[in-house]
Amino acid sequence: MDNTVISIKDAVVSYREDVALQDVSLEVRRGEFIGIIGPNGAGKTTLLTVINGLGKLVQGQARVLGMPVNGRNGNELRKRIGYVAQVENIDPRLPINVRETVMVGCYGRLGLFHQPTQAHWERVDRALDMVGIAHLSQRPIGHLSGGEYQRAAIARALVQQPEIFLLDEPTASIDERAQWEILKLIHLIHNKRHMTTLFVTHDLRQLPSICQRLILMKEGRIWQQGSPDLMLTEEILPQLYSAPTSIPGKSKTASSLRFSQ
Amino acid sequence: MVFSIFQYQFMQNAILAGLCGGITCSIIGIFVVTMHLSFIGVCIAHAAFAGALLGIWLGFNPLIGALAFSLASAAIIGPIADRGELNLDTSIGIIFSLMLGLAFLFLGLMPGSRTEALNLFWGSILTVTRPDLTFLLVVTAVIIALIAVFYKEIQAVICHRQVALAVGIPATLIFYGLLLTTGLTITASLRSIGGLLIYSLILNPAAAAYQLTYSLKRMLFIASAFGVISCWAGLAASYFLDIPSGASIVITSSIIFGLATAFSPKRKVKRWQQTQVSA
Repeated sequence: MDNTVISIKDAVVSYREDVALQDVSLEVRRGEFIGIIGPNGAGKTTLLTVINGLGKLVQGQARVLGMPVNGRNGNELRKRIGYVAQVENIDPRLPINVRETVMVGCYGRLGLFHQPTQAHWERVDRALDMVGIAHLSQRPIGHLSGGEYQRAAIARALVQQPEIFLLDEPTASIDERAQWEILKLIHLIHNKRHMTTLFVTHDLRQLPSICQRLILMKEGRIWQQGSPDLMLTEEILPQLYSAPTSIPGKSKTASSLRFSQ
Repeated sequence: MVFSIFQYQFMQNAILAGLCGGITCSIIGIFVVTMHLSFIGVCIAHAAFAGALLGIWLGFNPLIGALAFSLASAAIIGPIADRGELNLDTSIGIIFSLMLGLAFLFLGLMPGSRTEALNLFWGSILTVTRPDLTFLLVVTAVIIALIAVFYKEIQAVICHRQVALAVGIPATLIFYGLLLTTGLTITASLRSIGGLLIYSLILNPAAAAYQLTYSLKRMLFIASAFGVISCWAGLAASYFLDIPSGASIVITSSIIFGLATAFSPKRKVKRWQQTQVSA
């Protein structure tokens, strides 16, 4: 049985005159936890947008969850993919509370003309409980801290019941303690829900310890890939970042606070 | 007697127009304020105005011209911004200036008296005709029905457009639909409120409701109530004080906004938070 959930072949993505992704090929198996690292502008986020159908391929092919990625089936695909971006600036006066924001995760699968039922609200409450912010459910979303907002975003992705979990720098711009808690949560969800997870970061300190494969991106290409032990070396990392780079685990960082499952 | 004003057909029409215009403009206002697109109201209002002037100049129904121009401008703004060539403010600004230029061009080319054209500037709720009122009633019913059916998608798109897109909601379609609905609302209210003043009726009741609640549902009801009160109070002022109706409606809505801001519970929360931080 073919266990491949993501298959990208010779993908090229271009934003006007800039080529964001060049000849990228990637195969991801069901249940894998993949870390994607690289300097800013390496094409990490663009790679995620190709997977969820938001990035337009100029060349090449992509197949995700058995569906060809094209402009026509983007919404159908995204219903099955959870996406958590980095903390964004939220208007504190937005007329939507945390519980309603998490419920948005159900709306794609629910479809037009269908209203959420009691079962959907119960699913939302369970997700809020799981990410530890059930007590904030009635609070306006714009009143949350960065760490709390990311928990709400993860809860929203959870209620979507996704098969693939895309995390785009989910711990950027939040304090170290919140980073550690979010990483622990991602670890727990990946294992409990048997999901396929792709975790993007440009900060090696935020790389979860459960990462099975590491993809190193540079200048829009997959530069190298392999197990974290083979990739996180003093020879490879300075070349990737074009700067002296310390190896995580050797410094006291968020990921050095390894958690046990 | 005060109640004698209800006997007149024109006053009954005006009261109904105030009810529908107040509700629709305020609802649209909540959408544009939440999406930080307040300027879109000005832009589409000028497009409707330019289209109506073209209708007057060429001798066809101004409402058709207003509808065509406002829907066309709404349909152009979204895709231009989404293509990423320009940001939304810039694309709105370009369409706005084009529409303003066209409006002045049509006004300049118009032969004879320009009274009808200038009435569209200021609006006159007291002279609203039966066909105008029917159109306004239909638009109001359509907007309320759309909100009832697509409430969850609308809330997701106006609050978290990128998230809505990422979870598989047809967010772009809903967003463009909201822009078109804005065009439809402005066209329907053009004759009664006026091309220049309608922007205030879109913005003020919505901004006032924003001061009072964080719940979108409550916000829609409060803004609608403020919109209707603005229209009816302005109408009464216009009738009894013999002042222009559009202006009195807008001034009333501004006063409501001032009162809502002054008594906003959100200000108290902010003051309390500032005290906590400084303590």
